[in-house]
Amino acid sequence: MAPKEHEMLLKGISGSPGICIGKAYLVDREGVDVIEKYYISEDKVQSEISRFKNAVKKAKKELAEVIEGLPEELRHHSYILETHMLLHKDKMLYGKAIEIIETEKVNAEWALKEATSRAKAMFANISDPYLRSRSADVEHVSDCIMRNLVGVQDLNISNIDKRVILVAHNLSPAETSQIQLERIKGFITNRGGKASHTSIIARTLEIPAVLGLENATEAIENDDIIIVDGNKGMVIVDPDEETLFRYEELSKQYEAQKADAIRTSDQPAVSSDGVLLGIMGNIEMPEELVAVKDHGGDGVGLLRTEFLYLNRSQYPPEDELFEQYKEVVELMDPKPVTIRTLDINGDKEISAVPTPDEANPALGLRAIRFCLKKRGVFKTQLRAILRAAVHGYVRLLLPMISSCEEVRETLKLLDESAEELSREGYAFNRDIEIGVMIEVPSSALIADALAELVDFFSIGTNDLVQYTLAIDRVNRHVADLYNPLHPAVIRLLKMVTDTAHEKKIRVYMCGEMAAELLNLPVLLGLGFEELSMAPQSIPMIKNMIRKINAADARKFVEKVCRQNSALDTMQLIQDSYGDLLTQKFE
Amino acid sequence: MNDLKKQFAKNVTIKNELGLHARPAAMIAELASQAESNVWLIKNDQQVDAASIIDILSLACLQGSTITLQVEDPADTEILDQLHELFKSGFGE
Repeated sequence: MAPKEHEMLLKGISGSPGICIGKAYLVDREGVDVIEKYYISEDKVQSEISRFKNAVKKAKKELAEVIEGLPEELRHHSYILETHMLLHKDKMLYGKAIEIIETEKVNAEWALKEATSRAKAMFANISDPYLRSRSADVEHVSDCIMRNLVGVQDLNISNIDKRVILVAHNLSPAETSQIQLERIKGFITNRGGKASHTSIIARTLEIPAVLGLENATEAIENDDIIIVDGNKGMVIVDPDEETLFRYEELSKQYEAQKADAIRTSDQPAVSSDGVLLGIMGNIEMPEELVAVKDHGGDGVGLLRTEFLYLNRSQYPPEDELFEQYKEVVELMDPKPVTIRTLDINGDKEISAVPTPDEANPALGLRAIRFCLKKRGVFKTQLRAILRAAVHGYVRLLLPMISSCEEVRETLKLLDESAEELSREGYAFNRDIEIGVMIEVPSSALIADALAELVDFFSIGTNDLVQYTLAIDRVNRHVADLYNPLHPAVIRLLKMVTDTAHEKKIRVYMCGEMAAELLNLPVLLGLGFEELSMAPQSIPMIKNMIRKINAADARKFVEKVCRQNSALDTMQLIQDSYGDLLTQKFE
Repeated sequence: MNDLKKQFAKNVTIKNELGLHARPAAMIAELASQAESNVWLIKNDQQVDAASIIDILSLACLQGSTITLQVEDPADTEILDQLHELFKSGFGE
């Protein structure tokens, strides 16, 4: 192969933050992908079958050891592995392979390959994405047996004796749980997304990971030097000396800051002149609450509630919602949990709802609009939230608000729900703080009117930027134009924060903009009282806030508001606060 | 289906949120593999072997779908009952 002349940039999805530089180690089985086929004579059939059975036995034994040696924090994933145990002897795999050896008189490897592809074909037509992806389980089990048949030894991840970066097509739960922190610097995969099993484990282990790279295993060869930037979701292959140097610095600074930040993460984030900011976590599942606590979060600034509605054919019953909310609220008490009501049919699709054919779903029937059309569904959720509010500090957050009517309608539904609950004899708490997401420009423009109706604003920057700049950030042709520091966005933010202060209601932010260190002087200066972000970002953000003077930042914002371009603003921040920060603009 | 076979069949509705995913499928397969003869899961016109996780998963049973459990051997009615219980309990989820 011709030597690669220049560094190559691969873009994926950030699975877990952090930066690492190291040698690539491809987990994909070079020797195993090419399966030999040969015929065996009649008298060898029995010995071929026992060779196969032996390989299955060994593979099962290996898996049993993996389960045995699983650390406590990964135990709850082990049912997947238990299922894999049973799959080893499944009729469609095990039985079929033996049958193929007998009838077709072929070697065990080929028979296994045949049985596997037939089993996988059975999954191809399933429409439910969750069930369809179970074919990966069959594939992983088959791979484990295959390894034992072919006798490839060095594929066991736990045997890796050098500090490497794993490069894989996809990592199975068994493989991921074998990863030993001290041996692996990070990992990158072709498949997987933010909610994938791999990503959740990476975040638990706190090693950098970039997923969904599509062709990492083809673009990268064993022992290539690669840089994994888990903060930006990208990988640089064969970096130039200059890039390498820059990233070594970045990585060192990041690690030093992280260590420093984690030591002090349970301390409040107070600016150098004594202004306190609440730094909260965004979470999706109750399990993630542990991460909020571990990283010193001052509460949950955004609890997404869509999860319970996905992958099912009916809406979840009230009691189920209540139990889930109650668990989170109780665990966080006395710190607040901000529950955002159902925000669906924008970028998420829900299986309980037949997706309407919308040409422009971002501007369509979603979030509060959807809920006000489906009052029964909405009320079920509101009732569950009111009941959960008995057990701790609950705030209610309404997404996608673009008019006062929507808020009034919701307040009416809340009152109705409370009356019903009271009639039915349930314990509930109607006296909760209610806020709206400011994520549509219209809501920012009528902030003064909205402020009369609610207790707080929470600015969702991801959507606000998208709607203000008319940029779809997942459209790669325009994604580079997406910039939260665009003067239009800054002006809208200023408008909302000024209104909130004037009307004496609180103002928070829960979007990716809040997790960028360099945005902090601006956000502090604008007078946000809480910032909410991925739990892993909390320690670094708290650390940075302590270095900033809020009074200076307020003056600084005036300057920022006079800039005419995002680029100028970035330059200005860099010049004014660059030396406080270690992460620099590229 | 003739009358004789009906005696050894039961209808169930899937309660689990994720449908018949890997864990329930594994529980069914484990039980069904102890049967004397074949145990079948039938949905619409599709019939799969309840002793195979892969076969069960390929039936793609989402929450709310109704399927028929069927055993061939009268000796397996107890297994049929146990399977029925398992479905009713939502596989302990």
